[in-house]
Amino acid sequence: MTRILSVALAVLAPLALGACELAPKTTYQNGYRGTGMNTVKVSAAAAAEDVPAPPYTPPAAGGVRTASLYQNVQVLTDVSDDQFNYTMAAITQWVAPASEGCNYCHNPANMASDEKYTKIVARRMLQMTRAINQVNKNHVGNTGVTCWTCHRGEAIPSEYWALPSDQLQRGIVGNRRGQNAPVSNSAYSSLPNMAVANYLLGGETPQSSRVISKTVHPSPANTISTMESESSYAIMMHISQALGVNCTYCHNSQSFQSWATSNPPRITAYRGLDMVRSINFQYITPLASVFPAHRKGELGDPFKVNCTTCHRGQNKPMGGAQMAKDYPALTAGSYATATAAMPPAPAPLAPAAASQAAPPAPN
Amino acid sequence: MARYQNIFTQVQLRTAPEMGIALPAGDEPRIHATAFNYWLGKIGQAQLGPVYLGWSGVASLIFGFLWFEIVGLNMLASVDWDPIQFARQLPWLALEPPGPQYGFQFFVPLAEGGWWQLAGFSLTASVLLWWVRTYTRARALGMGTHVAWAFLSAIWLFLVIGFIRPMFMGSWAESVPFGIFPHLDWTAAFSIRYGNLFYNPFHALSIAFLYGSTLLFAMHGATILAVGRYGGEREIEQITDRGTASERAALFWRWTMGFNATMESIHRWAWWFAVLTTLTGGIGILLTGTVVDNWYLWAQQHQYAPAYPDSGVVDPAGLGSVGQ
Repeated sequence: MTRILSVALAVLAPLALGACELAPKTTYQNGYRGTGMNTVKVSAAAAAEDVPAPPYTPPAAGGVRTASLYQNVQVLTDVSDDQFNYTMAAITQWVAPASEGCNYCHNPANMASDEKYTKIVARRMLQMTRAINQVNKNHVGNTGVTCWTCHRGEAIPSEYWALPSDQLQRGIVGNRRGQNAPVSNSAYSSLPNMAVANYLLGGETPQSSRVISKTVHPSPANTISTMESESSYAIMMHISQALGVNCTYCHNSQSFQSWATSNPPRITAYRGLDMVRSINFQYITPLASVFPAHRKGELGDPFKVNCTTCHRGQNKPMGGAQMAKDYPALTAGSYATATAAMPPAPAPLAPAAASQAAPPAPN
Repeated sequence: MARYQNIFTQVQLRTAPEMGIALPAGDEPRIHATAFNYWLGKIGQAQLGPVYLGWSGVASLIFGFLWFEIVGLNMLASVDWDPIQFARQLPWLALEPPGPQYGFQFFVPLAEGGWWQLAGFSLTASVLLWWVRTYTRARALGMGTHVAWAFLSAIWLFLVIGFIRPMFMGSWAESVPFGIFPHLDWTAAFSIRYGNLFYNPFHALSIAFLYGSTLLFAMHGATILAVGRYGGEREIEQITDRGTASERAALFWRWTMGFNATMESIHRWAWWFAVLTTLTGGIGILLTGTVVDNWYLWAQQHQYAPAYPDSGVVDPAGLGSVGQ
């Protein structure tokens, strides 16, 4: 009997440890002593990740601008031909499937042609990247972003979201009321699945995540119900999971509301929410008519970004690797913020003229 | 085996079942079926039955079954009646109360929370009928009704959370979903919305009584087991005819901490701690949102929450930050 019990215990004991993280960890205090404001991170995750090296030595910035060289360059008009080709080579490496290369976006017979939807999207994404690196410095800092920050070598970044389709009424039963289904957007909790959409869709004034009263006693200033507060809780869980941090990375849990006891990363996160809203509303949603159906969610909206798209479990994407500094064409220069549809593509050029006008980018 | 190791029931009797005293006039008959179980005998009484159901027991089971079915079938429907998904997602599934748009209205459409209202009514009816049972059965046995009143304290907390507070708040959306993770999420969201329940003094009292209950239970259980070798588990006899077990138990605590509860008073200690856990908890919940909307600010106002150095972080939206 004792032997059977011992054997059973020996077998079951390791199972109890199955959820434990065994890797070495780094712990540091990030708030006032005694407030439980500590951050525990797996040491390996804190190191900067290996990111793709530049395709070749970054070229000098001098030379004739592409605006006077190519027929249909609309965003990277203010860089030199060398920089242009260098940037194209990098983008190809970061985004295009290896089997397709330049042809993923371009018609090789007519590089200027806008016939492929991927080129329209790529152009808009270039404008977006430039905008992020200039407008959203309060979130991305001087590290900046490149296409790689989201794409990581894939045509479609692996972390995206679309509007949940389970909002439809199905009769007198089976109504999940938009929650209680584990999805990544709500950090696999039973919290509302619409939370990310509510806060990150952009456009209209986003639903306020500020659910905590600013008065001691009840007042008409805050009539939010406990049920509605769950959305705020859900977006916070999303951020927490996306960044691989707990609540006290930003907040003193004594009062989630109080800014005066919060940590500076709370401001960075706040600016990040603004940035994601702008990405989704100004740059991605207007592409709905450009994307084919298989690049859209069940409700016909394009795949959008959330915190995970860049962060992937790290409070600094890619462990803070400095990548954008090697790609000046992505970090400076003009961009369009208009939410209007993309400018129509120019009429197809004669093949001879086109091949002359647009030399193939080195691959 | 150690000679004096305490085994709860060392000798299991196998004889004609013990059927209990005659019932008072007007009671219904007991269910006479009985059985003996060896393993139950290891942890308690080996004899199963007789059971007294009565009208309140039958009605309680019917309402309890209704609650179970309404919640379970709604959960099953929410995964398109797929039993595998039901098992996989069970901890996430729930039956949600009506949304804030319905206020405290009765007869909300079924899919919008009406099922929750039916389930809540059934569970409340079931629990209250079971309470009637604990009261009438105690009376039928000529006992005091301590169990019933302790149970009522738990029912008080249950009704405050699910019905009384939502009524005062005028919204079913303040109430709790039926579901494993969802009811825990409600708990956290409730604390977040009302500015940290940690600073609710009745919540603090409730926790003190809860932890106190476990401490008292551990102390009492340990004391009685420790004097089991002197017949200490015959507590009731020891109350009226104090023997060496009782003397040693008392002396142990007087030696240890200078004071001892008596064989009788320790049960009052335990009863009151248990009862006050849910009684104070219910008061704390009832005051939340009705009287106090932000417990952290309340605690600062009453010099109850500590202040920490200003981190210099300012609300980027410029909407102002209160407290501290």
